[in-house]
Amino acid sequence: MRTVLEVEGLKKHFGGIRAVDGVSFAVEEGEILGIIGPNGCGKSTLFNCILGQLSPTEGRVKLDGEEVTGLAPEALNRRGVSRTFQLLQVFPELTVRENLILAGQEHQGSMLARLLGPRDAGLGAAAERMIGFFRLQHLADARAGGLSYGQQKLLDAAMAFMAGPRLVLLDEPAGGVNLTMLGDLKERLRAMNAEAGATFVVIEHNMDFVMSLCSRVVVMAEGRVLAIGTPAEIRANPAVIDAYLGH
Amino acid sequence: MSSLASATTPSRGLMRRIDGVFLTLVLGAAILWFVPIGMGRYGTYVLSLWMVMSIAVMGLNLTLGYAGLKSLAQAAFMGIGAYTTALLTTKLGLNWYASFLLSGAGCFALGLVLGFPALRVKAHYLAFVTLAFSTLVWLVLRNEQWLTGGVFGLSNIPRPTFFGLKTDGALAFHRFTLVITLILALALWWMIRSPWGRAFLALRENPIRAASLGVNIRTYTLLAFAIGSAYAGFAGALYAPLVEFIDPSPFALSASFFLLLMVVAGGSGYQLGPFVGALLGVVLPEWLRFTGGIYLIVFASIVVMLLIACPQGVIGLVERGWLALRRPGKGGAA
Amino acid sequence: MVTRQPEPLRARLRLPFLVDQEKPMAEFLAYLIAGLATGAIYALAAIGFTLVWQTSQTINFAQGEFVMLPAILVLASAQFLGLPMAMAVLVGIVAFILLFGFGFKKVIVDPMIRHGVLPLAIATMALSIVMKEGAKDGFSAEAQRFPSFLPAETITFAGISISLQHVAIIVVACLAILGLQWFVTGTRLGRQMQATAQNPNVALILGIPVAQMVMLTFLINAGLAALASVLISPIYLAKFSNGEVIGLFAFIAAIVGGFNQVRGALAGGLIVGVIDSLAAAYISTSYRLAVPLVLLVVIILVKPEGLFGRPEERRV
Repeated sequence: MRTVLEVEGLKKHFGGIRAVDGVSFAVEEGEILGIIGPNGCGKSTLFNCILGQLSPTEGRVKLDGEEVTGLAPEALNRRGVSRTFQLLQVFPELTVRENLILAGQEHQGSMLARLLGPRDAGLGAAAERMIGFFRLQHLADARAGGLSYGQQKLLDAAMAFMAGPRLVLLDEPAGGVNLTMLGDLKERLRAMNAEAGATFVVIEHNMDFVMSLCSRVVVMAEGRVLAIGTPAEIRANPAVIDAYLGH
Repeated sequence: MSSLASATTPSRGLMRRIDGVFLTLVLGAAILWFVPIGMGRYGTYVLSLWMVMSIAVMGLNLTLGYAGLKSLAQAAFMGIGAYTTALLTTKLGLNWYASFLLSGAGCFALGLVLGFPALRVKAHYLAFVTLAFSTLVWLVLRNEQWLTGGVFGLSNIPRPTFFGLKTDGALAFHRFTLVITLILALALWWMIRSPWGRAFLALRENPIRAASLGVNIRTYTLLAFAIGSAYAGFAGALYAPLVEFIDPSPFALSASFFLLLMVVAGGSGYQLGPFVGALLGVVLPEWLRFTGGIYLIVFASIVVMLLIACPQGVIGLVERGWLALRRPGKGGAA
Repeated sequence: MVTRQPEPLRARLRLPFLVDQEKPMAEFLAYLIAGLATGAIYALAAIGFTLVWQTSQTINFAQGEFVMLPAILVLASAQFLGLPMAMAVLVGIVAFILLFGFGFKKVIVDPMIRHGVLPLAIATMALSIVMKEGAKDGFSAEAQRFPSFLPAETITFAGISISLQHVAIIVVACLAILGLQWFVTGTRLGRQMQATAQNPNVALILGIPVAQMVMLTFLINAGLAALASVLISPIYLAKFSNGEVIGLFAFIAAIVGGFNQVRGALAGGLIVGVIDSLAAAYISTSYRLAVPLVLLVVIILVKPEGLFGRPEERRV
């Protein structure tokens, strides 16, 4: 199996605060890796360092063995890395369909083609498929801002898949999503993983969601990696139990 | 041509509103073609001025309303366009069309030069860099007498010919301005509904998310600013032959402020907003001329009140009323 | 101020300090002091601008008009109410602080800020037009003499003639700024205000009455503007259009200084004032404005956090 993403000794300090303090792990092709940990343990900072939103104080990020540390978010995205944010980030003024087209349009054609070519940038069919896949047909032409929270979360995830990414980093995809929607979301993510062969890294608070979705889990505490292993191993790890019960 | 192409795409919602824009532009142009008949020279002149200013406001609407960038140099770019056209046509005898294109291209290039360093740092620094630029341009226009005529300005700017037809008369020039305005408005309409327009909007709403979707923030931001500036250049190139005499005063910093107010008054981010904004900012004052300087106070106060009550401007207000009327229907486009 | 005819470009570009023999040291010092005097006044405007920006995200594009208007209000209350000058100054300043400290915050900033920074900034542009045109139509389109309360003589000291008025302006402005600095660092109220300026959210958590503190900065801003107005109007005369240049200098001073503290704005103001004065004397009167503007652009490019500011980290 090939390694898609490699994080080596990543550190991010804000003044005296060590938000991320030497994190290393690797993500294999096709796996779903979960990252869990208490609030403020540096998960989101880690994501932002991997994705070029923040520049790490130390350490390296490698994509397919090639160093990409500090590359701008849009450059990483064009190399097939896509993400969702912890807080909901759809474009409320655009329709569901247009949100999806936007998510794909920069990955093909030239600037000139995007100006003079068709309005949907030739992505109409792809958007339609994605809408069908995430079962948003009845909402395709509704303003994204008018959707329910759970529906927006689905759209948010769908946008991350529009460009056919190889690696998707999901920051709390289940946060605030109600139970019925949650099952739907998990099933869709799993199907996406199987069908499109995309590799996932998922930050999540919802333990059941992570344990049932992910093949491996990284546990973080105070900016460091506490444990890495399969869900079963993690459940049995005394350090993890201690950290979670101790805090 | 474009309305046919768009009719076949499945997307609706936003689409419908945009076709409304197209229809309004074409119908409005048709009406304006005939309106000035019997209006007299001055009335016709005011209508032409309205259209010229609408072009400048359209450009700023792209920069501010769609891409969310504060530019305080729109009047300065308009000045550059006006002086470029005036100088090229009077001193070098170049024809108007070439001067028009050079004015726009020059402003586009200057926009890139100005925007690149400012946006490299931080988006809101563009406001201060353009503020500085605006004042510098004004200083050059005022001081370099050998070139710009200083405070005495440049006069005897010729009006263009249209396929051999002279546009010296007020009505002929009005119609000429109308055609150019329509072309520029339709070009912008096309751009806004293309994937570029979607990217501009994404840039304004949420640049971080846009970047994570592969939208090249710097390229689109610079393009929005440079194209907005080019429209100011185009407006200037029409302004010079319209008034036939130019001096530095209409291109001062306060004029750039005024253009921003017009964008907001009409409805920032709405394609028809600039026409309404320029109507309020240009035509209304001309009609209120007898009140002396008071119209400026009235206009600025109206904008402040509008901003407090409805930051989406007049078009936003109209849209809000329209949606309220057909409430039970699906309140789609915004 | 010395007025000169526009010179040919080559004359403008020579290096005055090294080459020019006809301008002795004394004259240079006189320009320096004049520059420090106007710079101290710009600093007053820049400090208010910065304070208001920090506490409430208000980019006040009417800041120049804020310095222009108090003098007009003073003259108007002397003329229309028949007050003696000292009374008129008091009435004018109090009226200004009420209208453009308290009123500005309540009527424009509070309802606008929920719509975001941009509409508010544009509203202040509209306000600047209203203030300028209001002063022109409501009072006078002509420059008006404004009485000076400071000594006007020139003394000669060791062969150098110094305008006492300039020295007095520097002293008064610096006293005001030192007083403000003492208030900010030395009093409980001032520290609360400082905390609000640095991070309103944290201040709220600490139990600081943030709303009152924000209002306080608006009142201080209006007060500083009024002081600047009374100091500068005897030199430049009171005119409706004065705000254009003063506002520009206040922005430049704030950015050059670092946009975040009293110290920076003071230094920025003095630097800009001196540069302006020397540029007018030695480079070109018609391009004197260009020099600080170029400085502004250079600072934005080279050191965007300002000479005395700290760089900030991009956060998500």
